[in-house]
Amino acid sequence: MNNILRMLAQRISLGVLTLFIVSIIIFLAVSMLPGDAAQAILGQAATPDTIEILRKQLGLDLPAHTRYLTWLSSIVQGDFGTSIGNGREISEVIGVRFFNTIFLAAFAACISVPLALVLGILAALYRNSYYDRTVNALTLTSISTPEFFVAYILILYVSVKTGWFPSLANVHADTGFFERLEKTFLPAVTLTLVSVAYMMRMTRAAIINLLSSSYIEMASLKGMKRLRIITHHALPNAWAPIINVIVLNLAYLIVGVVVVEVVFVYPGLGQLLVDAVQRRDMPVVQACCLIFAATYVSLNLIADILSILTNPRLLHPK
Amino acid sequence: MNQSPDIQSMTNSAVSTRTSRILKELAKAPFSAKLGLLIIVVYVFAAVFAPWLAPYGESEIVGKKYVLANDTFLLGTDNLGRDMLSRIIYGARNTVGIALITTIYAFLLGGITGIFAAVIGGWTDQLLSRTVDILMAIPALIFAMLLLSIFGTSVPSLILIIGLLDATRVFRLCRAVSLNVVVMDFVEAAKLRGEKLVWITIREVLPSISAPLAAEFGIRFCFVFLTISALSFLGLGIQPPTADWGSMVRDTADLITFEDYTPLIPAAAIAILTIGVNFVVDWFLQKTSGLKDEF
Repeated sequence: MNNILRMLAQRISLGVLTLFIVSIIIFLAVSMLPGDAAQAILGQAATPDTIEILRKQLGLDLPAHTRYLTWLSSIVQGDFGTSIGNGREISEVIGVRFFNTIFLAAFAACISVPLALVLGILAALYRNSYYDRTVNALTLTSISTPEFFVAYILILYVSVKTGWFPSLANVHADTGFFERLEKTFLPAVTLTLVSVAYMMRMTRAAIINLLSSSYIEMASLKGMKRLRIITHHALPNAWAPIINVIVLNLAYLIVGVVVVEVVFVYPGLGQLLVDAVQRRDMPVVQACCLIFAATYVSLNLIADILSILTNPRLLHPK
Repeated sequence: MNQSPDIQSMTNSAVSTRTSRILKELAKAPFSAKLGLLIIVVYVFAAVFAPWLAPYGESEIVGKKYVLANDTFLLGTDNLGRDMLSRIIYGARNTVGIALITTIYAFLLGGITGIFAAVIGGWTDQLLSRTVDILMAIPALIFAMLLLSIFGTSVPSLILIIGLLDATRVFRLCRAVSLNVVVMDFVEAAKLRGEKLVWITIREVLPSISAPLAAEFGIRFCFVFLTISALSFLGLGIQPPTADWGSMVRDTADLITFEDYTPLIPAAAIAILTIGVNFVVDWFLQKTSGLKDEF
């Protein structure tokens, strides 16, 4: 057990270090901009004097490391500063947006994860059959397809022509749960279609890898039933790679929502980021990037931790 | 030019046997790979001969807005009255060209540093690898958007930023496959002979890793192509009036609510090329390394 604890401590401290460095990069990237926030807020017409006063007020005259520490400590307290575009508190906007993005990603994951696991295991069991080859060609196709292509095909055939589902995912804070599900159905299906292929291929590879190992061969030579081999011998060792696949895919979903949110005009974090980049509203860009990166790093960390915890070799040391 | 005649004929015959071998392999290739190759050839043809194939100019306004498909405008016109067909054909040149340049740049950057990290090892390797780890910790699309908002959206900054981000993936692969080669006896022997670093890299390491690199080039191209298209679709990539498939989807997106399939055409142009390249890469991977169960 001691061994595992040490490995976990190592991974977690590495994750925290990564987050720390990522925050430095995001902070530095923005301070590399020509001109600074004071210039951006006051615009071209401002006199040097007023810019100087605002710089003092914003603390821009302090050295970079002091500014970084104040920035970081206010973010840890949930204060992301104010938007240059509309002067609103960023933390007010970002909370709702982040919840919406998580909701959409979770909805997509609820459909895609079980689907990918079943398809992947079947493809591994019936390897090189027509089923496997068809699935292989289909997944290759769906990996190659841009999200907006899938999204517009769905909008055309499932929304505009038939009217089954709404093509705009305009949810508000007071939208009920089931209405929310109905409105986010098409975005979730789009995300499922583009992400299921990758997960399925990784599941298939993990299972095939296991089935070719010698203890599985031994079990089948003993005359054991196929199902029992899978459930008793293959699965305990397959959990780690499968969990890894699922969590990494969640990380992909969180990031992959950007394009889908824009297509369906869904008020999530991705849409906010795209708007902010277009208006070059740097505090908002900074906040969104930080949240996306933090979610991504944490999910990768969770994948690492879970694969250590589900590894039978580490759980039962000799 | 100063080669003696029989050496030249020898190289000629070597080239011809190689071509015939490639042709033989092609004849045996599965249907999907042939389809993929056909798609690539058609796209390259469209890109090279765009000015002769396209009925109208790239950003020429030739009619009313949103004209439906008819005899003069085979695919109709877009939101400014430009001919869709001409813009699709020019798009092959712009979108694919920019993606190709970006991929080559990513390969030169990531490939050279990756192989050198493996050959030199030690502190250089540590420094490069940790830098790449950090760059890869931030999701690529988000990082690209952060950098684009700082450096502004222009084609050169797009190429440099996407190229840098994809170079990290090339670095990882190159370093990993080169590490397997560097420990081989023939590299050791070359080192003991006192060969220079560049010579070892080019003559010993590079030939041994060319197959996985070629496959990676195809896969990387698809990623770069899709990323650039996604950014253009978001309005952060290739800027108007350049004809580009991602921005064309964005420009005509409103039509979808009127049961019109126009926005699907440029989107399909992106999807078909990526599928074609992937089919060829898939066949190539199975051919060269028996990596049947890899993805």
